[in-house]
Amino acid sequence: MQIKIIETSFDPWKEIQEFQASADDMRGKYGATSIFVGTMRDFNEGDNVKGMTLEHYPGMTESQLGKIVSEAIQKWNIIDVLIVHRVGDVFPDDPIVLVAVWSSHRGDAFDVSRYIMEALKSKAPFWKKEILQSDTIRWVDKNTDGYKGNK
Amino acid sequence: MSIKVRYFASLKESLGRSEDELEFINTISVIEAWQLANKNKPLPDNILAAVNMEYVALDCLVNNGDEVAFFPPVTGG
Repeated sequence: MQIKIIETSFDPWKEIQEFQASADDMRGKYGATSIFVGTMRDFNEGDNVKGMTLEHYPGMTESQLGKIVSEAIQKWNIIDVLIVHRVGDVFPDDPIVLVAVWSSHRGDAFDVSRYIMEALKSKAPFWKKEILQSDTIRWVDKNTDGYKGNK
Repeated sequence: MSIKVRYFASLKESLGRSEDELEFINTISVIEAWQLANKNKPLPDNILAAVNMEYVALDCLVNNGDEVAFFPPVTGG
């Protein structure tokens, strides 16, 4: 498991390549890789958004994400997980989050990708502050309710 | 006993500070830590609490050296 919180822009595809290249113990074992990349939109709640600042709670963020991955490992049969999340100033089209899941078979990879993303959005202590096109600044005050799957 | 109380995001902005150091004698709960730090100002709706980086209920007791945090619902991802 690898969890990275980073303050500068990142290339999700490069992160996946580097992780796979160094994961010798996965070689020959995985038959499925599920990749989710969350990217900043230039609109939200009916307004045009030109930028965003992501704050987090250092330490708690990593421990909550670690707990989410541990829960997934107990519920599903997966081989490894990589999570990368941006903090700081982000702009439209910047990747915000990467969740990559490796497993023997596709079902577990698909399910865990969804599970981690939904749990992250409801439990990991990140907060978004948007800068609208009109220069109004507002905190995003709601997120989704969490995983609604069957586990 | 002493604890650190931290605030994040919109709550930090509305309070105008990011943390407090509290000293007290008898054991207190998380909500009592809020009241002590904020002169009995009510805790705003929907605010979440953590002790030592784990989510807790507001009646959870705090111990010497704990880090208590208050913050609005999370919006990452």
